[in-house]
Amino acid sequence: MIPAAFDYKRASSAAEAIALVSEYGDDAKFLAGGHSLLPLMKLRLAQPTMLIDIGRITDLSYIRDAGSHIAIGALTRHMDVETSAMLAEHAPLLAHAASHVGDAQVRHRGTIGGSIAHADPASDLPATTLALGATYVVQGPNGTREIAAADFYLGFLESALAADEIITEIRVPKMNGAGWNFQKFNRRAQDWAIVGVAAWRRGSESGVALVNMGSTPILATSVSAAIAQGASVADAAKLASADADPQADNNASVEYRTHLAEVLVRRALDASS
Amino acid sequence: MAQLNGLTARGRPRPTIEGECIVQISVTVNDTTHDSDVEPRTLLVHYVREQLGLTGTNVGCDTSSCGACTLHLNGEAVKSCTVLAVQADGQQVATIESLEVDGVMHPMQTAFMENHGLQCGYCTPGMVMASISLLNENPNPTEEQVRLGLEGNLCRCTGYHNIVKSVLACASAAAVSGSK
Repeated sequence: MIPAAFDYKRASSAAEAIALVSEYGDDAKFLAGGHSLLPLMKLRLAQPTMLIDIGRITDLSYIRDAGSHIAIGALTRHMDVETSAMLAEHAPLLAHAASHVGDAQVRHRGTIGGSIAHADPASDLPATTLALGATYVVQGPNGTREIAAADFYLGFLESALAADEIITEIRVPKMNGAGWNFQKFNRRAQDWAIVGVAAWRRGSESGVALVNMGSTPILATSVSAAIAQGASVADAAKLASADADPQADNNASVEYRTHLAEVLVRRALDASS
Repeated sequence: MAQLNGLTARGRPRPTIEGECIVQISVTVNDTTHDSDVEPRTLLVHYVREQLGLTGTNVGCDTSSCGACTLHLNGEAVKSCTVLAVQADGQQVATIESLEVDGVMHPMQTAFMENHGLQCGYCTPGMVMASISLLNENPNPTEEQVRLGLEGNLCRCTGYHNIVKSVLACASAAAVSGSK
């Protein structure tokens, strides 16, 4: 399978990338690691006529301690998130979830910003950053703005990111020793989750997000509200699908996904408590 | 620079596609630098196989699942069916052909041979390149780490048992030779 023909430009800075996309308009797409976009282009589900390669913008690849949060450059690769000592200390849930993305080869190329911009409800990192209450910094022709993860995901592969904006940084609040767990249920090692759960808990505070339980990654606010009111993990987990809208596909029916979400939320919160 | 009267720079006729462009790239493959003209949509695996004639790297699933096309980009295993040749511009690529030196196989190739780590052999180039990348990152993996580390490579013959055995044998052989 070979993508449809396109033109190619390589940007050396975020500003240059934004200037290029403004010049070429709606038919242009940004290329980071390419591990979400290129498969779609090979299937010709996406046929951009211009690819703007942002993969060489090295100053957008970093992991820094920024006080209350860890700042992660959007072009940081999954492998670097997975193996970061700083994230292992301050946001171990994110580092662990990154180790579940695809396989080693995919993690050598794919980037955290690319995964989030793609906004696939079946991907691990959108839901994980949602559970952690992350903020995404985006840059466009009119400067930068911050978007809370909870406000970012609008629909299937659809986000609050404008066509002429790129994500530059992901800000993840430090977990400060909170318990955490990541559940990924799939049939084969490298598959997307049939259902996944990213969860953390510190006493009555918690964050729970669901992978592949709707058209966007889902923040299970009903579960966290029940935990805050003193509900047991088992009772809170019964609300796992209260905020979700699961769809049926070849892997699972709606009923199966709903059942799986409850089981996995219970396991994740038990392990986090 | 478009169509050159309907011919590529290498003279092969090609249908004219509106908007098509050609990009010049310079890629170091197996320590030799190649200056090439490619269409932006050329996949790295097709570039090394068809333009450079290095057919050791196989195309399997063509959907970044099976790992048969695994080669090294800047020393790390990648699936070359999901990398554009233009993304390798200015970078270092190593294929399975780079491993044997003066008739002597790479220790990983020897380990696969000695431990019967292949049957039909189709997955083997990708499996070997992924295994070398794995040991570069984790020189002394457990069996579980080998199995997880090779999750991106499918083998339909061996049931993986002897592949895992080969990688562990290569790791312990390297540990022994390193301790001398």
